Amino acid sequence: MSSRKEAALAVWQARWKGLSRGWYRYSRNPLHVVGLVVLLLIGLAAGLAPYITPYPEHAGPYTNFREAGLPPSKAHWFGTDRVGRDVFTRVIFGYRFSLLLGIVVLSISVPIGVLFGLIAGYKRGSWIETVLMRVTDIFLSVPPLVLAMAVAAMLTPNLFNAMLAISISWWPWYSRLIYGMTVSLREQYFVRELELTGAGKLQILLREILPNCLGPLLTKVTLDMGFAILMGATLSFVGLGAQPPTPGLGTMVAEGAKRLPAEWWSTIFPALAIVVVILAFNLVGDGLRDVFAEEEV
Amino acid sequence: MKDVVLEVVDLKKYFPTKRGTVKAVDGVSFTVQAGETLGLVGESGSGKTTTAHCIIGLYPPTSGELRFKGQDISRGFERRPLSLRREIRIVFQDPGSSLNPKRHVAQILSVPLKVHRIVGRGERLSKVRELLEMVELPPDDYLYKTPRALGGGEMQMVAIARALATSPSLVVLDEPTSALDVSVQAKIISLLLRLQSELGLTYLFITHDLSLMRNVASRVAIMYLGKLAEIAPTLKFFRSPLHPYTKMLLSSVPVVSPEERALKPEKVVSRGEIPSPVNVPPGCSFHLRCPEKGEACSQLDPTLQEIEEDHFVRCLQFQGPP
Repeated sequence: MSSRKEAALAVWQARWKGLSRGWYRYSRNPLHVVGLVVLLLIGLAAGLAPYITPYPEHAGPYTNFREAGLPPSKAHWFGTDRVGRDVFTRVIFGYRFSLLLGIVVLSISVPIGVLFGLIAGYKRGSWIETVLMRVTDIFLSVPPLVLAMAVAAMLTPNLFNAMLAISISWWPWYSRLIYGMTVSLREQYFVRELELTGAGKLQILLREILPNCLGPLLTKVTLDMGFAILMGATLSFVGLGAQPPTPGLGTMVAEGAKRLPAEWWSTIFPALAIVVVILAFNLVGDGLRDVFAEEEV
Repeated sequence: MKDVVLEVVDLKKYFPTKRGTVKAVDGVSFTVQAGETLGLVGESGSGKTTTAHCIIGLYPPTSGELRFKGQDISRGFERRPLSLRREIRIVFQDPGSSLNPKRHVAQILSVPLKVHRIVGRGERLSKVRELLEMVELPPDDYLYKTPRALGGGEMQMVAIARALATSPSLVVLDEPTSALDVSVQAKIISLLLRLQSELGLTYLFITHDLSLMRNVASRVAIMYLGKLAEIAPTLKFFRSPLHPYTKMLLSSVPVVSPEERALKPEKVVSRGEIPSPVNVPPGCSFHLRCPEKGEACSQLDPTLQEIEEDHFVRCLQFQGPP
């Protein structure tokens, strides 16, 4: 028993060491740290939205025409929209839906893409590879936004269907990434040795090959969170995503855009919010790329 | 008569490519006896690694026969039973790529124990420790290190421990030291020799380093362009080489001591390079570089013949009339 505890301790020590080394590489660029802090703040704000926003009831179908169209002030930092709702409150709630969309999209598309990529890469040269990769190519050949719009347009427009539509256009990229890595990894002698020894295919794919893909995978997931949010906002903007009165960031931009340039605040602030979150995810993704790129050396 | 562990009969391995068929191994026959070390030596491109890979089953031979303790094993590893895979193990040339960078030493060494059910789950860790001690790595320092934290020699020691985890009888060593520093090489070699005598292992030692074989091998076989040129017990091989190619190689080995100089054949200038195995020259494949070639050499391809006891040469000079 004690030896098992010791083993666990040693493993955790090694992990901690790796983590602190990674943080050292990550934090060498202050922008990466800024990105991470911004993301944490956004995440925290989105998570606690009902408790920290000044007018949580404004997130829903609330109207107060006496306060409609007010410019930014102390009471309403980002002003109010055409029915008198606090834009700041709605932006924070908008982040909620955006982050939720990003997380759902990636938790659907990443496992599918990874599974396709692993199997196709490992079975290179067999009909399984041909089938899996040609299906992937078909999805890749349509621009993702067009594909997502087409799928979303076929379904009832709401947030969930927008997530589904984006996931459908998203997984092939993961399939490609993991496929490429698996093809080169499986030629390495350690995989050959495992095959010769007689290790199971599942063991080889999930416990030996996949861990070697995690660095680039995590980097791409982080970058893609930003892009998925952007695509979600785009779908909302054209009316295929979150429906009013749900405070989707894209929906808010679209609604506010009708009143430009006079009531600029009701469109500029949600738009800025989108820019900030994408930028933050990009910075963090870049940082992760630096961490993992150096690890390969 | 010693027990024959491995018997290779007329092994051929061709690779079809766009520019023609590469005859990587073209009719090689030899045997490996229990407890000995057969050194398989050749330049790069001579087919020695392909021979090794056929023996462990990385790919099935094009034709020919491989027998392990009398059992036919001329097929890919997928079609070999687990019991056979446990008996024949390999140590690859590049330790950097033969260990998974994302797994620590204890995990790497557990895999063969798990797959072949060498020990129960509870005893696995102590068996891993035992293996590490066997290759002279203190377990407490190495169990949870990842390959990235190891030096080249240490990685190769882990690879050797992994090969020995299943208690094999034949270990194929595919240039196990050529990627290492000279100082580390010596350490690995003495480790291998100690393990051989302790565990009664049989080695097929693939290398391009002929001088290394003098101290390691019991018999040496020279490969040239997918064929054996000469095969002889080590002492005979270095004292009285017969094939012109062997003489050429031996004369280019640097020597230090007077005894070594005495053994060294007269200087034969090495010329030319090994031709492409796609366009094998007609006749004896060595005749383009051979300093002793006769007229028939460009037309007739000699076969391997036993000149003295255990001393085989493939050269027309020694070939009787057909």
